[in-house]
Amino acid sequence: MSEIAVAQVAEAMYDLVKSTHGKKNLKPMDLTKAMIEQFGEGCDKQICKQAIRELIDSGRCIYSYVGGSYITLPPTATA
Amino acid sequence: MSEKKYETPLLDELEKGPWPSFIREIKQEAERPMVRDLLGVLERSYEEHIGHWKHGGLVGVMGYGGGVIGRYSDLPEEFPDVSEFHTFRVNQPAGWFYTSGALRDLCDIWDKHGSGLTNMHGSTGDIVFLGGKTTSIEPVFADLTEKGWDLGGSGSDMRTPSCCAGPARCEWANYDTLNACHEITQAYQDELHRPAFPYKFKLKFAGCPNDCVASVARADMSIIGTWKDEIQIDQEQVRAYAARGMDIEREIVELCPCDCISWDGQAMEIADGECVKCMHCINHMPKALRPGKERGAAILIGAKAPIVGGALLSSVFVPFLEMTPPYSDLRELIEAIWDFWGEHGKNRERVGEFIQRVGLGKFLEQIGLDPVPEMIAHPRSNPYIFFDDEIVAGAEA
Repeated sequence: MSEIAVAQVAEAMYDLVKSTHGKKNLKPMDLTKAMIEQFGEGCDKQICKQAIRELIDSGRCIYSYVGGSYITLPPTATA
Repeated sequence: MSEKKYETPLLDELEKGPWPSFIREIKQEAERPMVRDLLGVLERSYEEHIGHWKHGGLVGVMGYGGGVIGRYSDLPEEFPDVSEFHTFRVNQPAGWFYTSGALRDLCDIWDKHGSGLTNMHGSTGDIVFLGGKTTSIEPVFADLTEKGWDLGGSGSDMRTPSCCAGPARCEWANYDTLNACHEITQAYQDELHRPAFPYKFKLKFAGCPNDCVASVARADMSIIGTWKDEIQIDQEQVRAYAARGMDIEREIVELCPCDCISWDGQAMEIADGECVKCMHCINHMPKALRPGKERGAAILIGAKAPIVGGALLSSVFVPFLEMTPPYSDLRELIEAIWDFWGEHGKNRERVGEFIQRVGLGKFLEQIGLDPVPEMIAHPRSNPYIFFDDEIVAGAEA
């Protein structure tokens, strides 16, 4: 099984965060589990960690704190 | 910007008496509108017996998920200058050693951008800056990093590790707490700044069982210095304590929790196999008794304060671990715990609560540790560990 590109996982994560925005808070592990389920064996925790970092460092997603830490869209993306 | 000054009769009471007063400290900064409003909202809280703060939200610096705790007043119209009053956690140096110049740098940064109020230190161990606006967050971070500082942890991440003063100024350090804390902090920068866990994870390094960082009560992983061999006894010094008036029988022998010390008026004997390393005798006779020579740390897991569930004290997982750089065994254990708890922990479930839910036996199996007697407080008291049938059959045969 070939390894999935980090950018591809990041894109899929972003789509998931966007589609659940305002409905469900997602933790990094929620995203990781969803991506491993979506992409199968080629995707692992390490790739997901890098993908999350790419989303956060690019500013496409941010961390929020609502009792625990979640990944969400920045206010500008939802305005 | 509010110029209003508030009458604070209830707070004024807290300035009375000979002891230091946090109200007096806050009032010294009250030329700032933010601090005046802080006094106003605090007086209100004392009148109404209710806090007027809420926390959380979206505040932080670019790329980090921890280090800034959003804090807001729920009375923003009455107290506009504390409508945002965010807390910054700044990663403290190991053992809280500073030069006066470093403290001046920190104070200058906070005078420039925030309320000027600090908390040295927060219960996590970080340097805490109290009260900044959202617009100040990135400028504070830029100035801190320019001077070599970084933010600490907050939220569901590895919280800033902290340690006691260790070998830098304590004779009881059984390992180099400062080095271990520094190395682990450096190794896990990603886990410190990017929350990825079910909830917080705290590491505290104590050099001996006196546990000056209270790790046994607060850390998800307590790394507590200990020794394997015999307590070192200087019999001459023991006799000198007796000659100076110490009642060794009453003050040492009778107070030993494991009843493992004897004293015949000339020599002290310790049955080290029974010793639980409580430090009582060593603390009372520091010139006569010292920890053994084969030193390391015991690793305990699962303490927490009572925020979600009740309070837990940590329990022994690894009775003895050599603590030498690069701390590979410790790191392997930390990563195994994070991997299992990270994947299966519920939201806001600390590692101690997780162990209670899944069972210690399963937890040990998953992180690759064998059960040992030190994990059990009393025989037949632990409901979590089950022995394989063949072991039970072998014991009965």
